[in-house]
Amino acid sequence: MSALLSFKSGVHPPDEKAITAGIASRRLPFPDELILPLSQHLGAPAKALVQIGDRLQRGDMLAEASGFISAPIHATAAGTVKDIALWPHPNGGSVEAVRIKVDPYSTQQTRPRMVPRWEDLEPSQISDAIREAGVVGLGGAAFPAFVKLNPPKDQKIEVLLINGCECEPYLTSDHRVMLERAEQVHTGIRILLKGLGITKAVVGIESNKPDAIEAMQKAAPTDLDVSIQPLQVKYPQGAEKMLIKAVTGKEVPSGALPSVVGAVVQNVATVAMISEVFETGLPLIERIVTVTGRGIKKPGNWVVPFGTKLRDLLDQCGGLTDDAEEVVFGGPMMGLAVGNLDVPILKGTGGVLVLSKDECKQQEVMPCIRCGRCLEACPIFLNPQKLGSLARVERYEEMVETHLNDCMLCGCCSYACPSNIPLSQLFAMSKNQLRKISS
Amino acid sequence: MTDKALHVTASPHIRAADDTPTIMWSVVMSLAPVVGASIYFFGPSALLVILASCAGVLLVERFFGTSGGKSLFDGSAVITGVLLGLTLPPGFPLWMAFLGGAFGMAFGKLIFGGLGQNIFNPALLGRAFLQAAFPVAITTWTVPTENWLSLRGDNFAFPLMSPSLADGMTGATPLGLMKFEQISTEILPLFWGSTSGSVGETSTLFILLGGIYLAARNHLNWRIPASIFLTVAVMAGGIHFYDNSYPGPLFMLCSGGLMLGAVYMATDMVTSPVTNLGSWIFGFGIGFLVVVIRLWGGLPEGVMYSILLMNALVPFINRATQPRVFGTGTQRQEGAAS
Repeated sequence: MSALLSFKSGVHPPDEKAITAGIASRRLPFPDELILPLSQHLGAPAKALVQIGDRLQRGDMLAEASGFISAPIHATAAGTVKDIALWPHPNGGSVEAVRIKVDPYSTQQTRPRMVPRWEDLEPSQISDAIREAGVVGLGGAAFPAFVKLNPPKDQKIEVLLINGCECEPYLTSDHRVMLERAEQVHTGIRILLKGLGITKAVVGIESNKPDAIEAMQKAAPTDLDVSIQPLQVKYPQGAEKMLIKAVTGKEVPSGALPSVVGAVVQNVATVAMISEVFETGLPLIERIVTVTGRGIKKPGNWVVPFGTKLRDLLDQCGGLTDDAEEVVFGGPMMGLAVGNLDVPILKGTGGVLVLSKDECKQQEVMPCIRCGRCLEACPIFLNPQKLGSLARVERYEEMVETHLNDCMLCGCCSYACPSNIPLSQLFAMSKNQLRKISS
Repeated sequence: MTDKALHVTASPHIRAADDTPTIMWSVVMSLAPVVGASIYFFGPSALLVILASCAGVLLVERFFGTSGGKSLFDGSAVITGVLLGLTLPPGFPLWMAFLGGAFGMAFGKLIFGGLGQNIFNPALLGRAFLQAAFPVAITTWTVPTENWLSLRGDNFAFPLMSPSLADGMTGATPLGLMKFEQISTEILPLFWGSTSGSVGETSTLFILLGGIYLAARNHLNWRIPASIFLTVAVMAGGIHFYDNSYPGPLFMLCSGGLMLGAVYMATDMVTSPVTNLGSWIFGFGIGFLVVVIRLWGGLPEGVMYSILLMNALVPFINRATQPRVFGTGTQRQEGAAS
């Protein structure tokens, strides 16, 4: 075990992946209605290009990127624009969204190629094509993928790191991607290496997915320097900085981007979709979503068109059990709890986790006993105990001096705290307050 | 599908299984063999002393605690009571044990704001109070006698009256013998616990077993006892090698309150450093002070004062050993006290 690479600190929650790891992904039937919010990515919301009553084909662009860090949105099924209005968003607010009534008689077949073939493209054209196809990071943050192909000119990229850790408990969508689409992942790596103009890539996979490691090794190309690196099972191994530390041994400096240490990180599902986009000629319109947890009757992995309402997806999985308590977009450590089943599945939604009462019991908050477990858990080596006591008395400026901005809200401290103090929740709130103060 | 009311909470949505009451009660449970051994060696007196100090602790927590009695169930008060009882002589008057528990709880813990806020280990503060208030009673040691059922001293002495010290067989502790009469004790009885001494301090074996159990469950920071043992062994060993009229390392480790102090008192989470490096420094300081007090001080035993002294330094140790933040080079974070 000690031979496996990793980072220091972190936590070991039960991985719970056996619920869905062995279930092959299946295509979800097209729902009657799709909800496509204009904000599905990190950065500026897209700008709508369609009007009520417009007929759309599967893959048509319905909103364009508005700014450098932004991404276009495409129709994920053929149909008619029913409405453009505010709609509940998984983040708890309401966001402008395009509602499409899906055409029940359409074959939803592929259509003339919208994305050019990558083999003929220059590196900068590859980046443009990825941008036009609306590809964002599918690991959860939904950061526009092309941005990472354009690092600052003075920084030399040496290695492309592919994140196949899937360190969030329960989720298995990346696992299924590596098992079912290993060839695609390697084609995607080839495309990205060309786009970056480098030749070295490393795929990091936690060692609890031996079948994925094997499948990826088998499909690895012989003409490129692509290696598969098994990593220790530890949360948050899939955090960008932790992955870089584990594989290259380098620490990304506080406040800097990975490109500073010569690395670019992409999620394995993103890479597979980049390959698929160039293969089918359709933009990014669907992904694998894990539906899991003990609060859902029939857990599984599904290929879901973006904009599918959570309600329709859960219905397909047999619905909620009687003791279902919390529905989470994403994993249990960093996922977003939703209170409205009408919210749509977005580009960044890798999993829907339905926790039963037993899995997420509410526990009493007790005084801090200074056990130091939060310090031992923090992968960034902060002092969550000190930050927590500052947050409680709203001393936000002092929190910044204590490196609040380095906190990535991974939740390790809250997970480890025996007194159930909501540390990372306090830090998220403090960051929001600071944003309000500075704006 | 009909909608049901869902919980919406901030992430993370799962928690580690260990919570504070679990840790506290696990410490209490790990003390059961130590308490059992003390009853085996010292008869019913041992149990009475432990119960009396627990009563003092729990009554104060119940009536003066900040949470109106709820904190009785988190296990932390019970630990204080049992630990204080274990450091007292078996023939100790019960009213004094009760008073020590009440004082330790009130001035060692509640006055600072309750669980998690105190600077000093409340059990040791209670014992320090007793040592100052009743110096004779707390240094009257009874040896195990033939009749197991008989009391080992004047447990039922009337409050505010001096106990009659004539009752029962008394004898000096191994450390007292070493200090004042230069008589060494065999290691085996020290390890097993059949010597005179405080109720729960004599049996190295059972205390170590409890400590190993807690360390395996991550309910105590093993670095603290490890660094105390290491420091004491190396220092005592070196001095013994230089001049063998001084006791050897094994005797130093197994005698007096060192084992109980190192495993159960120094590792109190609230009053020990939060960083791992700090824990090593903390343990080193305790070990160093214990050897100095035992060999060159006026008292035969110094574990209690060593731990209390180092407790006072914990905020400084924490400040000096803040972790280096990821991606900030080699500099430790400055000035971040806990």
